[in-house]
Amino acid sequence: MNMTALPFDLQLLNTLAALLLLLSFAMLSQRRIVTLINLLAVQGALLCIATLLLAWRTGAGHLYLSAGLTLALKVIFLPWLLHRLIRKLGVYWDTEPLLNTTGTMLVGVLIVVFSFGLAQPISALASTATRNSIGIAVAVVLIAFLTMITRRKAMSQVVGFLSMENGLFFGAMSATYGMPMIVEFGVALDVLVAMLVLGVFFFQIREQFDSLDLQHLESLKEDQ
Amino acid sequence: MSSTLTFVVLLGTPLLGALVLGLTGGKRWAPNLNVAFSLLTFLAACALTSNIITHGNVVLMQEQFFIDAFNVFLVTLTAFVGLTTALFSRPYMRIEVEHGRVNSAQLRLYHSMYQLFMATMLIALTTNNLGLMWVAMEAATLSTVLLVTLYRTPASLEAGWKYFILCGVGIAQALFGTILLYFAAEKILGAEGVGALLWTHLNVVKAQLEPAVLSLAFVFLLVGYGTKVGLAPLHNWLPDAHAEGPTPISAVLSGLLLNVAMYAVVRCKVLVEGSLQSSLPGRMLMGFGLLSVVLAAFFLWRQRDAKRLFAYSSIEHMGIITFAFGMGGPVANFAALLHMTVHSLTKSAIFFAVGHATQKAGSQLMDDIRGLITLSPTVGWGLMMGSLAILGMPPFGVFASEFLILTTAMKQQPWATPILLLALGVAFAAIFSRVQPMVFGETTAKRLPHPPALVPVFTHLALVLMLGLFIPPYLADWYRAAARLIGGH
Repeated sequence: MNMTALPFDLQLLNTLAALLLLLSFAMLSQRRIVTLINLLAVQGALLCIATLLLAWRTGAGHLYLSAGLTLALKVIFLPWLLHRLIRKLGVYWDTEPLLNTTGTMLVGVLIVVFSFGLAQPISALASTATRNSIGIAVAVVLIAFLTMITRRKAMSQVVGFLSMENGLFFGAMSATYGMPMIVEFGVALDVLVAMLVLGVFFFQIREQFDSLDLQHLESLKEDQ
Repeated sequence: MSSTLTFVVLLGTPLLGALVLGLTGGKRWAPNLNVAFSLLTFLAACALTSNIITHGNVVLMQEQFFIDAFNVFLVTLTAFVGLTTALFSRPYMRIEVEHGRVNSAQLRLYHSMYQLFMATMLIALTTNNLGLMWVAMEAATLSTVLLVTLYRTPASLEAGWKYFILCGVGIAQALFGTILLYFAAEKILGAEGVGALLWTHLNVVKAQLEPAVLSLAFVFLLVGYGTKVGLAPLHNWLPDAHAEGPTPISAVLSGLLLNVAMYAVVRCKVLVEGSLQSSLPGRMLMGFGLLSVVLAAFFLWRQRDAKRLFAYSSIEHMGIITFAFGMGGPVANFAALLHMTVHSLTKSAIFFAVGHATQKAGSQLMDDIRGLITLSPTVGWGLMMGSLAILGMPPFGVFASEFLILTTAMKQQPWATPILLLALGVAFAAIFSRVQPMVFGETTAKRLPHPPALVPVFTHLALVLMLGLFIPPYLADWYRAAARLIGGH
């Protein structure tokens, strides 16, 4: 693909997609939970800018709405909520991940290759201008999944979960310029409620164990 | 009354109930209010059903909702079990309060979330929009997470966390599948039209949908909703969530939520099968189903907790249903639908009986529950008969559906029959050998401060017995119509 032949806004969109992927890798290696949440907020901001650009490009009114929703929920409210939670709970660092950082990054690279392979047939069928980003969206989802399974602290897992949702959102945007508005509202509502439920839940866990380390939550085994 | 009005009452009642009980759910009379809301929901479901019988399928509210042969009986079943569980929960939760396990704030949360959970399940069942179905399924998880952790014990917190995160990740896969489905549909139906996620529209054009995208979408949808069905190897959250929450919640999770998730899988399967024109989706369902049946049957042997035992039995039965839908065709689909009904009724009845049994023994461990029959013959007999019914003893309904599934398997997939029979045999031995000493023998149980709720247990068992002996003609017609709709090979 010849980059100079692309219109400026598309080049910008591709750059944003690449930045999203880079952020996923940054989150994969980051152990400081405050930074992890900031990275998530930046990821949300990039997503919001990408949606705005796409809205301007296609003139689709619902994308403006969706960008506004992203800004309110993923850039402002959720990071604020998570910051408040870690201040109240006093969890700032995750422990050493289950797999060391170098190993995790290598797995991440393999995931990117795999994702582009997986997205190939979909990209080939898509008619959107952003179809080349579908592979990146899949990679963001899978790397977020990897983040979740290599972390021990509940908070890092939640950030991974939200990053996964960001990836899915980006995927829907790249492939079809977003889902119908009613569905996007529903998904946003679910994410919001999920985080509120989690807030309550974290306090219950801490009250019981004095810690948010998930090692305490490994006693239920098959033979009980 | 028009269908729209009835439908608004059906969805509005539990939503209003969640709100009202969120404010007053801790009061002494709140359990009665919970029953009243559930009763109104059930009456609305009955009225809607009779409307459907006379007027046929309907599409409501700018096509966002629809009722057809497949979901109408599940709506009625959900509302019915919702009502009987509310009846059971009345004495059960009062006893829990007396035992000091829950306070009035927790009771308020419990009642409010119970109604919200019913509302999300009814939305998931009746919505025509596959995106909304996803939203409702996720909302169903969220409304029950805090119920699983209601007792705040370490084990219940662990179960709640597992439930939240595993179902969350699972359902994220389903969202990706839904996006892919929308991607394929948008090519045919157009992005501007609202029809691209509406099942009724998709069903018309399913043969034109791009097969490569739909097969990929189905993998994600099956893994996503399959996690909620509790299909092995994605079942890890299920036994914990069912064992650690209050028993009425175990009953509705097992009896209703699994059905709703199964419903979502089957709706997607219909579309994908129409697009692919091959038996690939069916074979995937059969594979997952069989694996679940076998794994669950062997895990049953290792259980010591009564509620975990029956949770594994739910995985086994969901496996049987998945296998039957995988085979497809009129007979297997009919049997699967019947099995969904009888499993839902029987399993919730068993949980009712087990709930009172654990309250009497003061423990969920099966070794601590002994000789129920001497102190309270009704709870003992309820548990015994429920267990026999779920194990597929004639003349109960489970026997009829399992018999149909097995004979169809012999005809269509002979290789699977011995595996199924072996698993059913292992499960029989495991459950029967555990339940028998719980019911008979020396007793250690104590009296309860409130009389146990026995009407729900025996109503369910009587219905299952009736379905084993005689299926009312209109019910059979429904099953047949739904089985035709689901199709398959």
